[in-house]
Amino acid sequence: MITRRLQYELVKRLAAPLLVQLQGASKRLKGRQGPRPGSPFGPPLKSVALLKDLMTRHYLEGRYADGAVPVAWVTSGFPVEILRALGFFSIYPENHAALCGVQRLTPELSDAAERVGHSRSLCSYARTDMGAVLLEKTPVGRLPRPDLLACCTNICQTVLYWYRCLADHFKVPLVLIDTPFVYGESQEHHQQYVRDQLEELLSVAERIGGRRHSSEELVRVARLSHEGTLLWGECLAESTNRPAPWTGFDGFFHIAPIVTLRGSEECNAYYRHLLDELRHRVRHGVGGIKEERYRLMWDNLPIWYNVRDMSTLLAENRFNIVVTTYTNAWAEAGKRMDPTDPVGSAARSYTHIILNEDLDRRLELMTRLAREYHVDGALLHSDRSCKPYSIGQVDLKDRLAREAQVRALLLEADHNDPRAYSTEQGNTRLQAFMESFA
Amino acid sequence: MSGVAIGVDAGSTTWKAVILDDQGQVLASRVAPAEPLVDQQTRVELARLRERTSTSSDVPVGATGYGRKRVGAQRAITEITCHARGAFHITGAGGVLVDVGGQDSKIIHMGPDGSVLDFAMNDKCAAGTGRFLEVLLGRLQVAWEDVPALVASARSAVSVSSTCTVFAESEVISLVAEGEPVEGILKGVHQSLASRVAGLAGLLPPGGAVYMSGGVALGRAMVDALAAALGRPVTVLAEPQLVGALGAALSVR
Repeated sequence: MITRRLQYELVKRLAAPLLVQLQGASKRLKGRQGPRPGSPFGPPLKSVALLKDLMTRHYLEGRYADGAVPVAWVTSGFPVEILRALGFFSIYPENHAALCGVQRLTPELSDAAERVGHSRSLCSYARTDMGAVLLEKTPVGRLPRPDLLACCTNICQTVLYWYRCLADHFKVPLVLIDTPFVYGESQEHHQQYVRDQLEELLSVAERIGGRRHSSEELVRVARLSHEGTLLWGECLAESTNRPAPWTGFDGFFHIAPIVTLRGSEECNAYYRHLLDELRHRVRHGVGGIKEERYRLMWDNLPIWYNVRDMSTLLAENRFNIVVTTYTNAWAEAGKRMDPTDPVGSAARSYTHIILNEDLDRRLELMTRLAREYHVDGALLHSDRSCKPYSIGQVDLKDRLAREAQVRALLLEADHNDPRAYSTEQGNTRLQAFMESFA
Repeated sequence: MSGVAIGVDAGSTTWKAVILDDQGQVLASRVAPAEPLVDQQTRVELARLRERTSTSSDVPVGATGYGRKRVGAQRAITEITCHARGAFHITGAGGVLVDVGGQDSKIIHMGPDGSVLDFAMNDKCAAGTGRFLEVLLGRLQVAWEDVPALVASARSAVSVSSTCTVFAESEVISLVAEGEPVEGILKGVHQSLASRVAGLAGLLPPGGAVYMSGGVALGRAMVDALAAALGRPVTVLAEPQLVGALGAALSVR
């Protein structure tokens, strides 16, 4: 344990920073890559290099975390602040699955999951993650073995079954936070129900982490988390400007720290840096794409393996995604956070996640975002792998047109599995939608 | 008179082209089975059409269909926009256009000026398209030209599922083996396809005229089945197979 801890601290404090510095220096020697000639995009964001460093360090530390510090694998909508305050290192299988998706590793990993009996109809994040665990294959080198699995049903019910499989595989405890689906505003008894579970989580995490919680530390992490979500929201809000200084697709990648490092100082430092850069771009009229004629809203998860092709097709036709309900979800959560009441406010904010709210709320949110970001239309990704996000989109499309005068396209795909997406058909629909604006 | 604009619709099943005169009238047209090498087929076919109409080689070409980017045209536009443009040119009115092609079906809601207000297409499966009909006619060993009379003579329709073309094919094999009459199965096949296409129409606003284009509109039985499924009369546009190519030609006129 002591050797392992020493090894972890060495990597965290010395080796990881040194490695990312060396990588940065090597890139500088090779020369920074600018946009290729004729590219429809604006100059690349300089912050991307910092983002890569940050995430590289996170996963590098992760390789040495198990046995040194308590490790939890958590869902994206889990109130991780409580675990962070108890010294847990957290891994987000969804974020890791997205990394695999971008690198088109899902078919191979999913095949492994399907071979042991998981249906292809199951969420492709779950299949990717399960495959990575079974094959012990990951683009980040190695994932630390969890001491605790923690999932929250505010994003879907699949996470429960997915994490049960992980619990069975790793033979470690699973904590479930069940958030009741809310229509309108949550009631006191909803919040009490979640609060009680969070109190229970505290005692389980204390036992596994081997330390008592301190109220000061809970408040400190909650403050950082609150500040982080507000900073993330400010970064996104820079796209209310014309032209938007970045694209919604950029946002999909820059979301990584607020998901995986929420409640940490390095997360907030990163977003302060990004915000400065975005503001600088706005002041100088630098857009995410060279010529922004039409502005779109995106609903649902990205199509990770197709982000580059789709963003290029849109940019070439002078369309920019300026706001997405997905990236906005982490900014929205901050509005209900109250760091002086870490547990109570976590119960409230994590219950009011977009996927845990009714359709009227979603329409209200989308209408507001459409107005604030001055969008001309919307792309609704009907995601085969995310039913809670996709259900109701036909109604949303009709109501957006009728009540907010926003025309929308339903685009059928899957967020991680390229085998469930027909590129030619998708492009034809997207192109026809763009032509209808001419 | 020579042509002023050429439209090519390089579809998945058939290759279509029209040449327009300066009044927007079709001078010449051609429908041929689609070949895998779209660029080569286009070169050969267009040379013949140009020769027939004394149209010079610098007359602009607009292209649509899945092979639109391989035609070497001045403009490549999707079938949705082209079918709406072609339909508006013929009717001068808005409404709902149903296009059932070889591998996709579309329902397009056109504004009074012919603009595309909204559209819906079949999802990843070909069970709502002409291919469904083609496969099942082949399995029933029925010639395309015999379909209307056979469907008209059917006493009642035999239910056939439209979830999947391949599954429907095995279902039809079983029905034939069980002694169900071919006419009844054929009628069921048409109803099945029509209900699948009509399901798309549910995504669009009700009311207004309904037009039909695409190769499948050539079959009266299919048009009747669609009208019954929609509960509204369906008007087949003149030369329905050429509506997309017409729209493509209009885009470069």
